[in-house]
Amino acid sequence: MASSILRFRKLCYVEPVNCFSDSKIKDPVGPIEEALPELRKQRKQRRGWRCWDMCCWTIGYMCTTWWLLLLLYHSVPLTLPGLQVPESPGLKLKNRGLSALHPVVLVPGIVTGGLELWEGRPCAEGLFRKRLWGGSFTEIFKRPLCWLEHLSLDNETGLDPPGIRVRAVPGLVAADYFAPGYFVWAVLIENLAKIGYEGKNLYMTAYDWRISFQNTEVRDQALSRLKSRIELMFVTNGYNKVVVVPHSMGSLYFLHFLKWVEAPPPMGGGGGPGWCAKHIKTVMNIGPAFLGVPRAVSNIFSAEARDIVFARAMAPGFLNSDMFGLQTLERVLRVSRTWDSVISLLPKGGETVWGNLDWSPEENFACDPARKRLLQACSQANHSHPITNSSNGKLRFGVEDPIRFGRVISFGKDSSQLPSSQLKLNDFKELLRNRGNPKQSSCNGEVWTEYEDMGKESIQAIAENKAYTVESYLDLLRFAAPKMMKRAEAHFSHGIAENLDDPKYSHYKYWSNPLETKLPDAPDMEIHCLYGVGIPTERSYVYKLSTPSNKCKRIPFRIDDSANGNDGECLKNGVYFVDGDESVPVISTGYMCAKGWRGKTRFNPSGSPTRIREYRHKAPANLLEGRGFESGAHVDILGNVAMIEDIMRVAAGEELGGDRIYSDILSGKGNANAAQCLQGK
Amino acid sequence: MSMMRQRKPKPQLEEHEEEEEEEEKKKKVRPTEDPPLKKRWSCVDSCCWFIGLICSIWWFLLFLYNAMPASFPQYVTEAITGPLPDPPGVKLQKEGLKAKHPVVFVPGIVTGGLELWEGHHCADGLFRKRLWGGSFGELYKRPLCWVEHLSLDNETGLDPPGIRVRPVTGLVAADYFAPGYFVWAVLIANLARIGYEEKTMYMASYDWRISFQNTEVRDQTLSRIKSNIELMVATNGGKKVVVIPHSMGVLYFLHFMKWVESPAPMGGGGGSDWCAKHIKAVMNIGGPFLGVPKAVTGLFSAEAKDVAVARALAPGFLDKDFFRLQTLLHVMRMTRTWDSTMSMIPKGGDVIWGGLDWSPEEGYDCAPKKQKSNDTMITDSNGANGRQSQAEIVNYGRILSFGKDVAEAESSKIERTDFRGAVKGNNFANGTCQDVWTEYQDMGIGGIKAVADYKVYTAGSILDLLHFIAPKMMKRGDAHFSYGIAENLDDPEYQHYKYWSNPLETRLPHAPEMEIYSMYGVGIPTERAYVYKLSPTTDCNIPFQIDTSADGDDDSCLQGGVFLVNGDETVPVLSAGYMCAKGWRGKTRFNPSGIPTYVREYDHAPPATLLEGRGTQSGAHVDIMGNFALIEDIIRVAAGATGEDLGRDRVYSDIFKWSEKIKLRL
Repeated sequence: MASSILRFRKLCYVEPVNCFSDSKIKDPVGPIEEALPELRKQRKQRRGWRCWDMCCWTIGYMCTTWWLLLLLYHSVPLTLPGLQVPESPGLKLKNRGLSALHPVVLVPGIVTGGLELWEGRPCAEGLFRKRLWGGSFTEIFKRPLCWLEHLSLDNETGLDPPGIRVRAVPGLVAADYFAPGYFVWAVLIENLAKIGYEGKNLYMTAYDWRISFQNTEVRDQALSRLKSRIELMFVTNGYNKVVVVPHSMGSLYFLHFLKWVEAPPPMGGGGGPGWCAKHIKTVMNIGPAFLGVPRAVSNIFSAEARDIVFARAMAPGFLNSDMFGLQTLERVLRVSRTWDSVISLLPKGGETVWGNLDWSPEENFACDPARKRLLQACSQANHSHPITNSSNGKLRFGVEDPIRFGRVISFGKDSSQLPSSQLKLNDFKELLRNRGNPKQSSCNGEVWTEYEDMGKESIQAIAENKAYTVESYLDLLRFAAPKMMKRAEAHFSHGIAENLDDPKYSHYKYWSNPLETKLPDAPDMEIHCLYGVGIPTERSYVYKLSTPSNKCKRIPFRIDDSANGNDGECLKNGVYFVDGDESVPVISTGYMCAKGWRGKTRFNPSGSPTRIREYRHKAPANLLEGRGFESGAHVDILGNVAMIEDIMRVAAGEELGGDRIYSDILSGKGNANAAQCLQGK
Repeated sequence: MSMMRQRKPKPQLEEHEEEEEEEEKKKKVRPTEDPPLKKRWSCVDSCCWFIGLICSIWWFLLFLYNAMPASFPQYVTEAITGPLPDPPGVKLQKEGLKAKHPVVFVPGIVTGGLELWEGHHCADGLFRKRLWGGSFGELYKRPLCWVEHLSLDNETGLDPPGIRVRPVTGLVAADYFAPGYFVWAVLIANLARIGYEEKTMYMASYDWRISFQNTEVRDQTLSRIKSNIELMVATNGGKKVVVIPHSMGVLYFLHFMKWVESPAPMGGGGGSDWCAKHIKAVMNIGGPFLGVPKAVTGLFSAEAKDVAVARALAPGFLDKDFFRLQTLLHVMRMTRTWDSTMSMIPKGGDVIWGGLDWSPEEGYDCAPKKQKSNDTMITDSNGANGRQSQAEIVNYGRILSFGKDVAEAESSKIERTDFRGAVKGNNFANGTCQDVWTEYQDMGIGGIKAVADYKVYTAGSILDLLHFIAPKMMKRGDAHFSYGIAENLDDPEYQHYKYWSNPLETRLPHAPEMEIYSMYGVGIPTERAYVYKLSPTTDCNIPFQIDTSADGDDDSCLQGGVFLVNGDETVPVLSAGYMCAKGWRGKTRFNPSGIPTYVREYDHAPPATLLEGRGTQSGAHVDIMGNFALIEDIIRVAAGATGEDLGRDRVYSDIFKWSEKIKLRL
């Protein structure tokens, strides 16, 4: 800042005219402050004076123009003639005579719910009952460290740190808009209101999405509140059952609720068997992350996801350098690792669902819609491009080998493609045992991430095991972050049940895993899976060791953003893509409804009917459409007109048609494989 | 300071500019670039320059303001006034108090926010925006649309077709009424200090425009409150709730307590021990148990003291068809569709509020401080000066009187003509004001004259008056509220919900362990009776208005046509305190189980400096919510204390003396 002002002054001094154009860009306050003493000192310097004159002129000019535009904007009618807005589903259905029938419960997902401060440290003075999460996020910029401190949870308990209470915002405002102008539930709410919904038959479940599901009950009694509210709405709305609409992680939360509410009191809600059958008509999961999200893998491992990798590729050095001494990613990793809920999103079902070193359910998926052409292109590319050839004899297996999505993390692009027989794999049990003596850390002060306890050898050892599947990844986490995993595994489980009647499965840690619980006995309760398809979605990652440095508090691993496939390949910036809604791959959103719960299975003993509704992504045609009316993206789908119409029709008591499927969820070869595994048992 | 420095150099430099211009040109490195720039320097440029200057200074100040540490204002305050006392939350936290009983807030009339869920075309883009509360931006942008959406249906008292305005839910409903104007926020912040949070605090927001029973019929609000209280008791280890109603919320909660124990179709079906099981204490703040005289003038002429003062300051502003808005008429039309305003019409009639010649408060000194200072003078002139003695015996019982002399004359000297049989009709305004509806148009000159000829109205006859001038409204109101005194509470008619919010026509629930507090401010002159006059006859005006010219002398209780008495600026002491001081004290027929009652008064002390804002010792109706002593009492009770622990009653006014004068069978 200071240097830029200096430069600016110099410019003004030498070239009075140029400074005019230059001042446009500058922070308007700076030059004036600086120019003042200048003025007083050298009044005869007319050029200096003129410059500051010009500044004022420019600013005035810009302000006036801005105001004029603002005025124009406000006086322009709401609908521009050029914009073709599809008739809102609310109006359309209202004209068809639909009206509110079943009460609607919305369950927001991770991140989208607002959090507000109830008690804080001195640095957060004046923020009482102000939003820390959601809203305008101004506090991040004003006092970033204070902000991070208040959003972190206790590393041991996963609950509030002493002296800090951050709580979920209640009511519809909790998640109608995430930030000003960025809708989450607002569009759906508005359309529901058109056919007569209002506060008494529309309820937003507010829960603290940072803590584990059972802890929301222990600390805030959030599950009890939800139960009481559903019962109340059921009674006050003429004994019409509720329609529940969970989104993203909310689906897992509601799955947990379904089990909790029927379980006996000390651990559960004591509603008795039949509570769900009595109170719930339909669960309409939007973009449900039933079987987890690969994105959570990279988030926990290195606080990265595609967007961050992309940013890093665009502006290398920005995030990595200790800019302003902030160490952004490290801090983010530290905070997000205290959030138990993230663990609930780790892929579930192990290799049976997500694939092992050599196969994966999606292995035949081509990232380009024109599959065949693409496969050919792939093979040609592999043969003809010397650049790819030069990288360690990839030539040998490029063509015939499908992409090994099962290797959720691999170190180096090559090891993501080598057949398993040629991979160098270490036994983790060995490492786990050796971990006993923590390396003497060279870092002083508090420990941020558990990577600091590990020492270089261990990190090296992790990287030497070239590829990880979903299952060995969990082992990896147990090794790399034992405390976090110990905390989290008390609340979540990621396996597949052998025998669901085993009494251990009555523990709450299994309730949010659809592969380790039975659905409640409610043959009339329908389960819908509504999700977007047609967007490349993260599925597995290519990692590398970050440049060795002696600095403390570093994340030793990083997504290898230089690992790019050829045009038609699914690898971009170190990330393998598959079909999905940008965040959740189809296999996670759709599998349970398509196979796992379809008909009477052991996971769905009462045979609750399931239905799949896919919405093919169509990017907004022009800027005026905002985030689009036909989007399939994870959050933007909440503005998808077709999906809103489906939800409203169910809420108004109409029947939807059958499935609506665009992806390979039913026909995928791998799926059948996995299905056999599951059904056979 | 910095602004001045910046401006100073400007003129000097401009003078120099002209002289030195020639020289400068020669010296210039690139002389060609200057002249075109010079030419452009026109009036527009000066304007831009000026705007730019202002903007920059503004930004600079804004930057300074934002960079200022948050504790700076407090620091300044402390430097001026000395160290502030700890807020009660901090103080009690240091004493070791912890959150114990869940807390339920019941907001009063007007303070709760209302938002739009469905509207007419003119309200496009306001979906789920606040129409009431918040910034009231829409009031200025589209006033007629706003009035239309806040009005209710004239026949049913429910939504007009195509409009749904609903209460805001959650603590945000009434923490601030407008930005910076707190209602519950201070109390909430202090409770949070000892550990309260969303799960142990609940704002029972309801649509305060419609009648109490209709909130259940339309929104199931009472069921929600019941369910929430049950939930909070269950999730907090069986600890009963402390309910804190404010203003009209007091009546609403009274209604709730009857509703919840009544059998199902009309009531909530909670059974006869629901209150005993779920409620620890009801801490009424500024409760108009027996109604407010202000409500009468509101319904009669859409006026109150504040409006009357405004009219006295700027005569003609409110009455004229200013911008063709007819403000008062619109306000009146809107408020008359609100059933809830009728819940606050004075209850108990002449027995409570006084007749033509007596009132419980008679003999009240309106300027006690002043009279003390010249004590001797008064005793000297007492016999000689008739005026003085007259001022002392104010006929508060005459709630409305036409003309100042009538208000003060002996009852035998007033000539009254009964209005009840008067002929209505004889419409004098056809066509010109069809748009505005107040029922006055139906009355005609004859009716209006008859009203004025009756001269004096007491609390009892006011009901007849309202029935006469607004039959439709009162018909609606009579279905939901009642204003009498029960002769025999066992009469089955009292099971109807319209009696539930009148403490003189219901029994308290059977809950001997429950406590009832009446907490209110005293020491502020409060409206009690009015002097009216006929307004100059124009076509569409409201035919009556407060006679602002009727002033007593300095010590008198009559100011601007309003007789004042002790109270909290809105509710007179009598209404707020009588039930707890007398009507429910001990075992009475209104309180058969002997629920203990406590009167807690808070003497008003205006804020010492501007920096204190609305004061920490205020006794005013809404500002009392920031009164430290009151907050401390509430927190103590919420943390487990009883009325005994607080020191039972705390009284500054003559409430016990006045209560004795009321001859009500208990």
